Parts: sequence; C-alpha cells; structure tokens
Amino acid sequence: MALMLLLTIYFLLPVYFLIVAATKPQGDLASTNGLAFSHFNLFSNLHTLFSRSDGIFLKWALNSVIYAVVGAGVGTLISALCGYALAKFQFRGKEFLFSVVLGGVLVPTTALALPLFLLFSSTGMVNTYWAVFLPSIVSPFGVYLARIFASAAVPEELLESARLDGAGEFRTFFSVASRLMAPSLVTIFLFQFVAIWNNFFLPMVMLQKESLFPVTLGLFEWNGQTARAPLLQESVITGSLVSIVPVIIVFILLQRFWRTGLAAGSLK
Amino acid sequence: MTDTETRARRVVAAPDAPRRRRSGGGPRAGTIAAFLTPFFLPFVLFYLVPVGYALWQSFRVVRRTGGQYGTSYTTFGGFHQYAQVLHNTEFWSSIGRIGLFGIVQVPVMLFVALIMALLLDTPLLKVKAFFRISAFMPYAVPGVIAAIMWSYLYSPQLSPVVDLLGHLGLHPDFLGPGAVLWSTANVSTWLWTGYNMLIMFSALQAIPQETYEAAKLDGANNWTIAWRIKVPIIAPSIVLTTVFSIIGTLQLYAEPAVLRQISSNISSTFTPNMLAYAVASGNNYQQAAAISVVIAVITFVLSFGFMRLTSKKAGL
Repeated sequence: MALMLLLTIYFLLPVYFLIVAATKPQGDLASTNGLAFSHFNLFSNLHTLFSRSDGIFLKWALNSVIYAVVGAGVGTLISALCGYALAKFQFRGKEFLFSVVLGGVLVPTTALALPLFLLFSSTGMVNTYWAVFLPSIVSPFGVYLARIFASAAVPEELLESARLDGAGEFRTFFSVASRLMAPSLVTIFLFQFVAIWNNFFLPMVMLQKESLFPVTLGLFEWNGQTARAPLLQESVITGSLVSIVPVIIVFILLQRFWRTGLAAGSLK
Repeated sequence: MTDTETRARRVVAAPDAPRRRRSGGGPRAGTIAAFLTPFFLPFVLFYLVPVGYALWQSFRVVRRTGGQYGTSYTTFGGFHQYAQVLHNTEFWSSIGRIGLFGIVQVPVMLFVALIMALLLDTPLLKVKAFFRISAFMPYAVPGVIAAIMWSYLYSPQLSPVVDLLGHLGLHPDFLGPGAVLWSTANVSTWLWTGYNMLIMFSALQAIPQETYEAAKLDGANNWTIAWRIKVPIIAPSIVLTTVFSIIGTLQLYAEPAVLRQISSNISSTFTPNMLAYAVASGNNYQQAAAISVVIAVITFVLSFGFMRLTSKKAGL
C-alpha cells in the first residue's frame, strides 16, 4: 500500500507541478516554492500564450488535432478492413502478408523519417500537411490488433448467415462485424491517436513552416528559445498544460472502451 | 510411416477445402483486394519504399569531378558507408550509451510494471481505479512535453525536488555528466511504466478464476500463485512489452533532445537517432541512411532474438 502511494505520487508529481506553475506569474516561478500556489495568474498566462506571435499556439493545437483525429480515424478504418480480411478470409499469401505487416511493427519509425523526407522532397511534398498526415495513417500494429480482435469477436456463423441473407462483404463488415469489433476499434483509434499526437521526429524532419507545426514541435522550439527569451518560459509551461489536459480527460472518459479492447487483445 | 500418412491425408484434404469455401459463398479475389488495398497501398508507399530507398542510398557515395570545386555526383559505393559507420567512434559511443540505458531502464521499468499489475490484480487493494488511472496518465503525455516537465523538476533554479533535497543536505546535479543519462531514463520510465502495467494487467484479468482454485486448495499463498501461476500465464504479454521497450529505447530522440536544451552534457550525437539526424543535417544523406539501416537491423536482431530466446525457454 505504501509502495502504491509512493508510485502514485511519482506519477502525479510532474503534472501537479505543471498545474501549479501554470497558475503563477513568470516572476514567481523561480522565487516561490514549486509545489505551492502563489499569485493566481492562470488567466493572464493563458491570454499571453494564445496571443503570442499572432496566436500561433492555437494554430499548433489545431494542427495536432487535425493530424491526430483525422489520421487516427482513417488509420483505424484501413487497419480494421485489413485486419478483418486477414482474420476472416481465406486466400493465398495471407500468412506472408501478415508477416510483412508484423515486420513493419519492428521497423523504427524514426528510421523511416529520413528516407521519407528525401522521397517527399523530390515530389515537393515536404513542408505540407500531407508530409506528416500520410505516413501517420499507416499503423502495422493497428492491423495486428485488428486481426486478433476480429478473430476473437466476430463468430464465423454470423458471417455465414449474413452471406446467406445475401449481404455483400462490405455490408457485412460495416453493419455486423464492425459493431462487434467496436470496443477494439476504439482501442486502435486511441493508440494511433496518441502515437500521432505525441509524434515529434516526423514533423521535425518534414516541416520548416511554423504554421504547420503540431504542438509538440512548437513547444520544443519555444523551449529552445527560453535561454534567450526567459519570458517564454511561462508560455511553455502553460502551453504544456493546455496540450496535455484534454487528452488526459478523453482517456479517462473513454477508458471503459479501451480497457475492454485491451483485455480482448491480450488473450493471444 | 505416420509422417507419410499425414502427408497423404493433407494432399487429399487440400483440394477439398477451397471447394467447400466457394460453395459457402466466400468472397472473390476482387473483394479481398478491396479490403486489403486501403492499408497496403500506403504501407508500401510510406513503409516499404522508404526502407528500400534507405537501403539504396546507403550503398551510394558522393564523388566530385576535378577537385573541391568540381560538380558532385553520386555513384555506387559498395559497403563504403557501412565501413564508415563501423569506424565512427561517435556511433559506437551512442550505441554504448543506449545499451547501458536499455539494460538498466527496461528491466527496472518492466519489473515495477509487473509488480503494479500483480498488486492491482489482488482483491486486497482499494482505490484501484485512481491508482490505475494515475499510473496510465503519463502515456497520454507526449515525450517532448514529459521531458519539458521533468526538465523543470531537474533544473536547479526552479525545481521543488532539488529544493527539498537541499533541505536534507543533498545536492544532486540531475543534469551533470554522470547523471543526465539516468535523468533521461527516468523520463522514459515515467512515461511508459503505466502503459506496460496496463498490458500486463489486462492479460491477468483474462485468466479465469478457476485456474487459481486448485492451487488454493493445495495451500498456495498469494505470492506462490502470483509467481508460479500468474506470471507464467502472462509471459507472452511480458515478452511483448519487452520487445516494444527495446524498440523504443533504440529510437530514443525526443527526450534527450529536450534535455539537451538545458544541459551541456548531452551532445548532438547522444543517441544513434540523434547521430543520424545530425549527419543528415550535414547533408550526408548516404551516411545517415547507412546509420538508419544499422539501427533498424540492430532493433530487428534484438527484438527477434529476444522473442526466439523466450519462446524457446517457454518450450514453445
């Protein structure tokens, strides 16, 4: 029990520190105790954050949302289709395709970013939304999970009876199978959402234009400037808090779904 | 004898199977392709092609015609780039650093995660949900932001932790040359322990309760049940988390890159990935490609090797 308490403090400490620091005026950061509240300055900090450089922070936050929500949405759909086909259809070369996908799980994504940059720069796609968005929709791990979930959650007899009723394969997938797979699809979506939201190396390699940055890259750049512009520090802190709190809330709200999905996935 | 028998049976059975499927109304090839293409097209374009391109680049060298001011062109260079990588002392020190990091951080993190998962699985514990959520919460925090948060906790001017330790007469330098690797390891541990715990915990929850009943009747206590029954059953998920941790360690970039902004003890070639990026920024793409390929091969060998080793041990 004492161990649990200690670990809980360890996990919560940095976020608690961040919340406290985000409410302080810049001047109090170094001069007051980091774990105690001083002057409540949160709203003024937020105002500074969102008005800095013509509101670039809001732009970064929106970019992150677009990359992560649309990317994970498309990614989940194509992973689900592919994983379902690999689980439920019989065809030649199926195991070979699956092992290629599994091999893809092991390829470090940072090792992909540099050659992708070279390929994209020869097609003029560097420094566009596409350069970050397109590679993000591919998730071999999502296919791996979708295959496990489909074989665990979708009974063969149900597909047979849907086929006997004359439903096409796509109709069967969307109106029968995808519903049974729903909790696991939420899991795949969330994993991919977090992976894209947290991604840093790919956008750093691909983007020079500040207006296309996701929030991670933007805050990284600001953090690097605090040595020259110490007043940025408060905005880095407030910006960090603003960018993690919504994601944490979404995770807590959706935990029933992803926990069911995770439990189904761990069976095999 | 039995071998030829089974083989014969397989030959007989084989042509039967597809016929049965077709009569059951299985999907046509075109339909199957329609399910697979939306994933495999981008997979080929943004995974396989870059891997192939990196391989191709890694076998090329830049040469110049007529001295320093001549025009440059790239040509086949054999294993030249790989030889360069293997002779690069910065490469080896980044590998050594990351190796040390992984050998310490991965077991510590996974051991803590396993203990936490086992504790969560016992009926003794109250306030489970709160504990589970607080442990998993860091997973939702991007590595860059986690490193920024911890860098404030490490910095002597701002940190309440340094203050607190100072009152106890301790003056640790979290960003000093000896400590900075472990400060980075702490950020990774903070980020991923709860995630790994949750994977192990989900596996534990999938074990049916009856499994324990016989052991209880034989008088086994909670510890024996945990180590002798639970841990072996969830071994596959422990292997999975280990493989992911190995991959993650070799990819380390964001956390040290952030800490580098406040510590002079992290060089621009601190990890293999930082080295690859630094070399690419110096416009030596062929060398950077070779480094990327070597990192990918090491990742592949280690994670595959670990899977093979553990599956052999488990007698599979």
